[in-house]
This record gives sequence, C-alpha cells and structure tokens, in this order.
Amino acid sequence: MREILRLALVLTLITAGSGLALSLAERATREPIAEQRRQQMLQALRAVLPPFDNAPDADRIDLKLGTDRKGQPLVRSFYRGRSGNEPSGVAFKAVSPEGYSGNIEVMVGIKPSGEVNAIRILTHAETPGLGSKIEEGWFLDQFSGKSLDNADWRVKKDGGQFDQISGATISPRAAVKAVREGLELYRSQKEKILYGQEVGP
Amino acid sequence: MNYSGEFLKGLWRENAVFKLLLGMCPTLAVTTSAENALGMGLATTFVLICANLVISLMRSFIPSGVRIPAFIVIIATFVTLVQLAMEAYLYGLYKALGIFIPLIVVNCLILGRAEAFAFKRGPVASLLDGAGMGLGFTLALFILGAVREVFGAGELFGIGLFGAGYQPLLLMILPPGAFIGLGLILALIARFAQRSPKG
Repeated sequence: MREILRLALVLTLITAGSGLALSLAERATREPIAEQRRQQMLQALRAVLPPFDNAPDADRIDLKLGTDRKGQPLVRSFYRGRSGNEPSGVAFKAVSPEGYSGNIEVMVGIKPSGEVNAIRILTHAETPGLGSKIEEGWFLDQFSGKSLDNADWRVKKDGGQFDQISGATISPRAAVKAVREGLELYRSQKEKILYGQEVGP
Repeated sequence: MNYSGEFLKGLWRENAVFKLLLGMCPTLAVTTSAENALGMGLATTFVLICANLVISLMRSFIPSGVRIPAFIVIIATFVTLVQLAMEAYLYGLYKALGIFIPLIVVNCLILGRAEAFAFKRGPVASLLDGAGMGLGFTLALFILGAVREVFGAGELFGIGLFGAGYQPLLLMILPPGAFIGLGLILALIARFAQRSPKG
C-alpha cells in the first residue's frame, strides 16, 4: 500500500511540474501565435480582395445557415474589404469535402457585384504533382472575372468552362464547385453580407 | 566509454535510422523535402536532449514501477513546448510538419534512449548521448529528404537543380518513395560496410 502511494505521489508531482511548465509556455506564446494566425489570414485576404484600406479580418460578418447533421450550428464568415467606407470586396472561405483526399479550403475574394476577383488555395492534401496543381497560377487565374452570370461553373470535361488538370479531374471539379456554391450563397444573402451589422472576432 | 564517445556513437556507428532502424514513422512520413526533414530532425533532437537530461537528473527520484508513464509525461511536455514555440516563431515549418510534431511523443527513439541510457547514466553523458543520437537522426532524415526532393521534385531546398526540362520522378515524393529511398540507402550502406575491413 505504501509503495502504491509513493508511485502515485511521484507521478502526480511530475505531471504537476509538467502542467506548470506548459502553462507558463502557453502564456508566453499566446500573443505571438495569435499574431501569426492573424498575419496568415491577412496575407490570404490581401491576395484575393480588391484594394482595401480597412482591416478586413476584423470587419467580419457571420451568417448562421441552420444546423449540420450533428446539430451544430453552421456558420459561414465573410470578411469585408472597404475602400473609403464603400465596400470594395468580400472574401470568404469555401471548403470542399469532395477533393481526392481530405478537404480543400479555398479563400475566395469577390467584388460587390458578385464577380470573382481572385482565389487562393489555403489547404489541401491532393496528390503532389497531380491534384496539387490546383495551387498553380494558371488554374487560379481562370476564376478571376467570372461570375454566376457569365460563366458555366463546371470543368471542361463536364461541359463547363474551367480547364481541368490532365490526370486529375476530381480536385479541380471540387474547387470549382466550392467556389460556385460560395457565389450562390453570396448572391442570396448579398444585402446582409455587405451591409449587415459586423460581429466582433 | 568517454564523453566524446557517447556523443559520436549516435552520429553514425549507432545511427538511429540507418543502423538501429528506430523512429521509422517520422523518417518515412516527413522526408518529402530536405527542409521538412531538417526541421523534424532538429525538433526531435531538441526533445531528445531535454528529455535525456531531465530524466537523468530525476532518475533516483522516479521509482522504476512508474518510469514509463513518467518518461512519457516528460517527453510530451517538451514536445508541446516545441510545438508552441514553432507555431509562434516558425509558422511555415509548423504548417509543413503539422500532425507530425505531436507525434514526436511516440517516436520510439526518444523513449528508447530514456529507458536504455538516461535512466541509468549521469546527466552529462545523457545530454551528449541525446545530442549525438538526435543529430544522427537529423542527418539520416536530411539525407533521405534530400534524395527524395532531388529526384521527386528536381529541387533542393526549393531551388531547381536540373532546369525546366527535368521531368520529376513523382513517385519519390509520394509515400512509396520513402520506402524505396530508405531501402536503397540501407542497401548502399550495407554494401560499403561489407567491403571495408572490420574495425
């Protein structure tokens, strides 16, 4: 019995020491980590939005779109860029679960009219050298200037206007569909997204 | 054995990857480029040195009945410290290594050195053993990562080597390339070890 108590005591002391060290480290790194994430976000926003002079990562609006299958609220965030107080563009993350492996996350920037300004791939786990080519400029650039009204949002193989990648049709198809769904959501909620009350981060 | 021997043995003679075949999970998974391999190797080295030192200092205090849980707690603490520091100051590397940073905890090389060395030896020897083993591990990862990046992407540290005409051997940066690359390197080492006179 005494032996068991001794084992428990030693292990408790070690875990307590470990907890103390980790809480100190967490406190020291909390701010730099938040700043890194913010910079990462801003960099993506800068790449896709038309010129702006505000802080779009702080000018955010969250739309609640019902609940998902597990009953969790589905929320989509829109980041608004402004130039001289007028909306200059809106950016949002479009996530496609239909990639070849894992989710494809796309940052989409659009002009207030609903025309795509630019897109960037944030994360993906597509096959290197094949599906991963969705990150390349020629693929991303073909989205610029397209809107729901002036383009057929399918890859060429399916009869649409977007070039696919030879050997990898699934990844571009997923990316195109994710952007299209984002545009449709924007069109149906445009007033709310552009002029709605902003929600703090 | 003297102190320099404790340090040097991990570099090559008892190299974790090439000779002991320990730590295969990170070896195979993150060596898609020389940079990732180097980052993973150095992160592991840091954890190994710290864990070895602390475990050696506490070895008379830890009862052998709970030594394994105690090792894991100590190792996990240092891994979490590395993860926090990396996310705060080396964000690019943090994103590239992703899930494999927390998995340093289960790298059997670190637990192996704690059990086989640090728990029995003094702090200075343990520190040197950790440094040698860690740097040997880094060296092995770097070699495999460089080979895979050169053939699989035609680049080294992201710099093109062969010009635009080179058709990359994609297989090498895909998972099978890790097994094939490591196998070929091991075969080469075995070949040269046979030739050289036994020392």
